Order: sequence, then C-alpha cells, then structure tokens
Amino acid sequence: MRRPDRWFPHPWLTVTLVIGWLLLMNSLSFGNLLMGLVLGSVIPWLTHVFWPASRYRLRVGKLVLFVARVVTDIVLANLQVARLILGPRRDLRPAFVNYPLTLETDFSISVLASTISLTPGTVSADISADRKWLLIHGLDVGDEVALIEQIRLRYEEPIREIFECSTP
Amino acid sequence: MLDTVVLICLGIISLAMVLTFVRLVRGPDLPDRILALDTLYINAIALIMLLGLYLDSNLFFEAALLIAVMGFVSTVAIAKHLLRGNIIE
Amino acid sequence: MGEASWMEWLVAALLLTGSLFALVGAIGLCKLPDFFMRLHGPTKATTLGVGSLVVGSMVYFSVQSGAPSLHELLITFFLFITAPVSANMLAKAAMHEKLRREARTRGEPWDQ
Repeated sequence: MRRPDRWFPHPWLTVTLVIGWLLLMNSLSFGNLLMGLVLGSVIPWLTHVFWPASRYRLRVGKLVLFVARVVTDIVLANLQVARLILGPRRDLRPAFVNYPLTLETDFSISVLASTISLTPGTVSADISADRKWLLIHGLDVGDEVALIEQIRLRYEEPIREIFECSTP
Repeated sequence: MLDTVVLICLGIISLAMVLTFVRLVRGPDLPDRILALDTLYINAIALIMLLGLYLDSNLFFEAALLIAVMGFVSTVAIAKHLLRGNIIE
Repeated sequence: MGEASWMEWLVAALLLTGSLFALVGAIGLCKLPDFFMRLHGPTKATTLGVGSLVVGSMVYFSVQSGAPSLHELLITFFLFITAPVSANMLAKAAMHEKLRREARTRGEPWDQ
C-alpha cells in the first residue's frame, strides 16, 4: 500500500467527516469531537488511494456566495416550475439542448451538472465521452441560445472561479 | 395550532403519495415506474418526519435517514440495471 | 408548545410550503405528457418540498428542547446531493430505452 505523504491527505474530507459525525451524533461534547477527529483522520488515511489527487484549492468566500445564489435560485425556480406544472400543458416548450462545456476537471463538471438539475426547468441528462458537451432537457425553453448564455454566466463562471483558477 | 397544521400536511403528503402511486400503476414504461418509486420514498421521508412532529419524538430521524440512503442506492441500482443489464461491472 | 408562538408560525409556514411543493411535484409526475417532462417535477419540487419540511422539523425540535438539533440537516443535504444523480441516471436509462417523447420537443437526445 502506498503511504500518504502527509498527515491529512485530504483536509476537506477530514472537515466533512468531522462535521458529519457531529451532526449524526447531534451533540458537541468533547468525546464526540474527539471521536470525529479520530474518524476524520483515520478514514482519509486508509482510503487515500481511492481518491483522486486533490491539487486544487477551494475559495471558501466565493463558494459561500455561490451556494447562497444557488439556494435562492432553487427556491425561485421551484415557484416557476410550480407555475409551469399547474398551468395548461399546451404552453410548455420542451427541448433538448446541447451545452458546450468550458470546464475541464471532472469534479467541477459534476458540480455544474447537479446545479443545472436543481435550477429552473432544466435537467442535465448526459455528458459526451470527450467531456465537451452536456445534454440538457428543458421543460419550457423559449430560446436555446439565451438558456446557454444564462447557465454560462450564472453558474459555470462562478464554478470555474471557485475550483479551477488555482489548478496548477 | 401546530397539531392541526401537521394533520393538514399529513393529508397533503398522502394525497401526493396517491398521485405518485397512480403513476406507478399506470406506467407506461419502466423508467416512469422507477421515477414514481423514487418520488414515493422521498414522500415517505416527509411522512415520517411529520409523524415524528405529531408524536413529538425525535427518534424518527434515523428511520428517515435510512430510507433516504436505501432509496437513493436502490434507484441508482435499478436505473443502472436498465442501462447496462448488470449493476456491478 | 409554550409561549414561543413566532416559532409555531415559522414551523407551520415551513411545513405547509414544504408539503405543497411535494404535492406540486406529484401533480407534475401524474399530469405531464412524456417521461422527460415528468422528470422535472420530482427532481425539483419534491426535493425542495421535503427539504423545507425537514428544516421545519429541525426548527421545532431545536426550540422545543432548548438545544440546537441540527441533525435533520443531514437529510436535506443528502436529498439535495442525490436528487440530480438519480435524475441523471433515470434520464440516461430513458434515452437508452428510447422512450416516446412529445412531438413538439425540439432537439434530439443522444444514442446510448
């Protein structure tokens, strides 16, 4: 087994595990914190061969802003989808749209795909083998070009700033 | 007041589950039925949380979490089976 | 329930909006004409509905027991992370099965 070259090979995984453990136990006592820290250091250490190398740095401030925007969008999107679903179904204009990706790493692409699935009237359905195109199904698409432009500006650019700028 | 609201919500969720069940029975294709099952388990989480509120007990959390985990895994497993013919390649 | 009535209003609002959204998702699932359109109802409306319902339960138990009870957040996180994944898998399966789609759908799905 290849040994990790650092004590905490995946710091964000450690943080996630500790927070997850505390939430699961639903208390913030010293014992639980200790147990969480033990799990958070042992599990990444034992499983580090399975994780892809995480060389990118995370920009926490921008991530928080992005999450806040996405949550607002999700709520607004749901009002819109509710209106579409409850309205007459003759007015719907469903469409498959090919979205040209400019992101490069797998992780940021999957974050983008999940964001698209959760926001206004779009579900990401497939990705091409060369990671260049994303197939999106829209419930009510008036203008494909406008939809692509909106996703590009609202989600793809922030995701690139958060995850990819610092890729060496 | 909260008791009444919880009862109303239980009614609404049950109605949603009936509608989902209609789709589960009508189909017409396998993905439709899987989607209906998926929705059904998410609604079951809602039902269990509401029951916990109604009975004023915090113990239903684990059940809800388990349903969430098992439901997700089974949805992905069945979809994968449709897609590839086997689950673990 | 005690004196904290603002809490009751907040919890009631969260519960009601949550279950109404879940109902909208189910109506969408029942009513829309083809599979790809039906996929939209459950992935968005039901996820948000159950998410807000769970948050309502979290607020209730936090105020009632006096200590923050945040573990319900795990369910909400889990639902929001997994909903797009299962929608994606189902969409792929549906394209693989070449399900009928509405004639007015623009664009073409890909071969699987």
